Amino acid sequence: MNTTILISGFGGQGVLSMGKILAYGALMEGKQVTWMPAYGPEQRGGTANVTVIVGDERIASPIQSTFDVVVALNQPSVNMFQSKVKPGGLLIYEKDGVNDAPTRNDISIYKIDAIDRAAAMNNPKVFNMVVLGALLKASPIISTDGLQRSLTKSLPERYHHLIPANMEAVKEGAQAISANS
Amino acid sequence: MNNPIINEDNIVYQKPKLMNDTPMHYCPGCSHGVVHKLIAEIIEEMNMADKTIGISPVGCAVFAYNYLDIDWQEAAHGRAPALATAVKRLWPDRLVFTYQGDGDMASIGACETIHALNRGENICMILINNSIYGMTGGQMAPTTLIGQKTSTCPYGREPDIHGYPLSISNLAVQLEGTCYVTRQAVDTVPAIRKTKAALRKAFENSMNKKGSSLVEIISTCNSGWKLSPSDSNKWMRENVISQYPLGDMKSI
Amino acid sequence: MENKELTLMKGNEALAHAAIRTGVDGYFGYPITPQSEILETLAAQRPWETTGMVVLQAESETASINMLYGGAACGKKVFTSSSSIGIALMQEGVSYCAGAELPIVFVNVQRGGPGLGTIQPSQGDYFQATRGGGNGDYNTIVLAPSSVQEMADFVDLAFDLAFKYRNPAMILSDGLIGQMMEPVVLPPQRPRRTDAEVIEQCPWATTGRPSSRRPNIITSLELKPEKMEANNLRLQEKYRTIRECETRYETILCDDADYLIVAFGSAARIAESAIKELRDNGVKVGLFRPITVWPFPEKELREISKGKKFILVAEINAGQMIQDVRLSVGDSLPVHHYGRLGGMVPEPKEIVDEIENLIKTQSL
Repeated sequence: MNTTILISGFGGQGVLSMGKILAYGALMEGKQVTWMPAYGPEQRGGTANVTVIVGDERIASPIQSTFDVVVALNQPSVNMFQSKVKPGGLLIYEKDGVNDAPTRNDISIYKIDAIDRAAAMNNPKVFNMVVLGALLKASPIISTDGLQRSLTKSLPERYHHLIPANMEAVKEGAQAISANS
Repeated sequence: MNNPIINEDNIVYQKPKLMNDTPMHYCPGCSHGVVHKLIAEIIEEMNMADKTIGISPVGCAVFAYNYLDIDWQEAAHGRAPALATAVKRLWPDRLVFTYQGDGDMASIGACETIHALNRGENICMILINNSIYGMTGGQMAPTTLIGQKTSTCPYGREPDIHGYPLSISNLAVQLEGTCYVTRQAVDTVPAIRKTKAALRKAFENSMNKKGSSLVEIISTCNSGWKLSPSDSNKWMRENVISQYPLGDMKSI
Repeated sequence: MENKELTLMKGNEALAHAAIRTGVDGYFGYPITPQSEILETLAAQRPWETTGMVVLQAESETASINMLYGGAACGKKVFTSSSSIGIALMQEGVSYCAGAELPIVFVNVQRGGPGLGTIQPSQGDYFQATRGGGNGDYNTIVLAPSSVQEMADFVDLAFDLAFKYRNPAMILSDGLIGQMMEPVVLPPQRPRRTDAEVIEQCPWATTGRPSSRRPNIITSLELKPEKMEANNLRLQEKYRTIRECETRYETILCDDADYLIVAFGSAARIAESAIKELRDNGVKVGLFRPITVWPFPEKELREISKGKKFILVAEINAGQMIQDVRLSVGDSLPVHHYGRLGGMVPEPKEIVDEIENLIKTQSL
């Protein structure tokens, strides 16, 4: 089984690095993985998105028509990708970035407050880790342990002291999902 | 060799050994042959024959590789400085020089020239400036003088139409990467001696990693200019050298 | 999976690391999206301090390719990379290298054209890559990677082929393979060849002439047409040998297939997903992926296509490789094309739909 994930938002929200941490985590757990960014100037202020595919089967196409999981961090992302979630799939969106909520009723939809939670932690920079925590709570593609190992592997050592705060943010994100039920 | 006239005892001049016997394709009176000989002499004197790589251009000197028995690369038009850059960086103990005409260096290859000089590549670039395209039959060059007639400015070069003569050496002086920029000629024996000294210095700079050296040699093209060889020298002295004055322009 | 060397990186990064590790002597290049990570990675790695590899940001693609001419002419393993437009600008130099028989390697991480076009992936340079690209009768060996692993593996392979035949070799990638990250096993580090080894292995190279041999002259010029024709015939003989000996390809699920998709590079990855979905729907489709697009695996495709009902050539262009497919199989079966243009990349679903439509049309 492979899981296809699309993460989309504004450039600067950490979309690509979120995908990267997820991909590293998958690699650490011995899974197959691809990470495909929508590259170019979008990285710097426009809409950015990344497709991550994780699983135990050989991954053929790194780009997909539909996704098991979509994380939408702004309104354009909801508008563009809501229809691309597979029936029975998962859509997670950030409440502050989205005015018109998604309307599908054949998928699971989670509204999260990652911006608020990061602000409450006095650390807006961990916003994307809150989102990632929410994603992994709703769809446990990799373990929290795998995620921690991914951070250790992908971050230069001088940033390792930031890992505990990031893992706290992941826990916050999980609660954001639980708050939906 | 039992030649009754030329023998070991009475020899006063000898063709450099690196120059072979291939008949040159250059027009009688052309400056190229003289400069070729100087290069061969210097490489021999520096004992660098087995460590020298020459880069020949597109233009009259495209066949330079036929006359000097060293390793040569023949470059695309204007690109000799790019070739030389790579050769010198990959073989830092080699003597690397380019041999280019004014069309090659100052027109189509101006970009590569400026950048190689500006990077301070440890190479020697030799510019044969005869203010005309010789190989293709006497068309206007970037260095053609105001008023000079060529087949593509048959009424003389006019700035309004053709722009102004371009001096690569004047530009090269401004570049941080150059250690030596000089302009010489080969129309008289003293001039030839000065040119040889300049080339030797440039080659030594290259081996001492001092940066880029540019030796511009004001030359004649009697076929292109449609003058006899001796009238060409006279015309050069009266017209070309006033536009491109001789002497060292930069020496560090 | 506990392999120390298994690491996650972009195709462009993997290619740069592989170049350092396989003992490449020099890189000369000019930035352009979507391949700038190659020069950026090399610059960050500072291989001049470890293996002694030269890395230089040139003033243009024109300068880059001519630096390759100079570097290869003195026997060194040198490469450059660019994207479509920059590769177009290099073609004069590639032709010179083909004429002078120089073993250069150049990488095209393709983007959409024509002109300045787009920075998104494309396979629009297939004709340019496989038909020579510059002036004159010549061919370039062209390897088309379809994974990050192949981006790494093909560096050494391209140099092997380039030196074996003294011929330019190209890695024809695109923005998708260049920008995506996948796990990759990098080759082990090995030293560059010593100068003595270079001189021994490349007796033709301009390394400085000892008195024991004649001068080595690297040139593509020969004004006498009789001699130039002889030079050309010698080149053609070499290209025949390469065609005979160096075709490479991959097949996936071709044995029981009723239909065949032919695709290279990133399009092959997308086609493979489509094939999985089609087989889930009971439609037996196989994939033929040329790895060398020049020489094109003509005989192999002709053999494998026997008994199939049709071929769909899936490309990210307006229909270029389809010509080689048609030349290979002739009229023995119908050959169709599906492509997207201008930086648009087909999704697997589009290929699924196309195959299903073709089956419907054919059974009418």
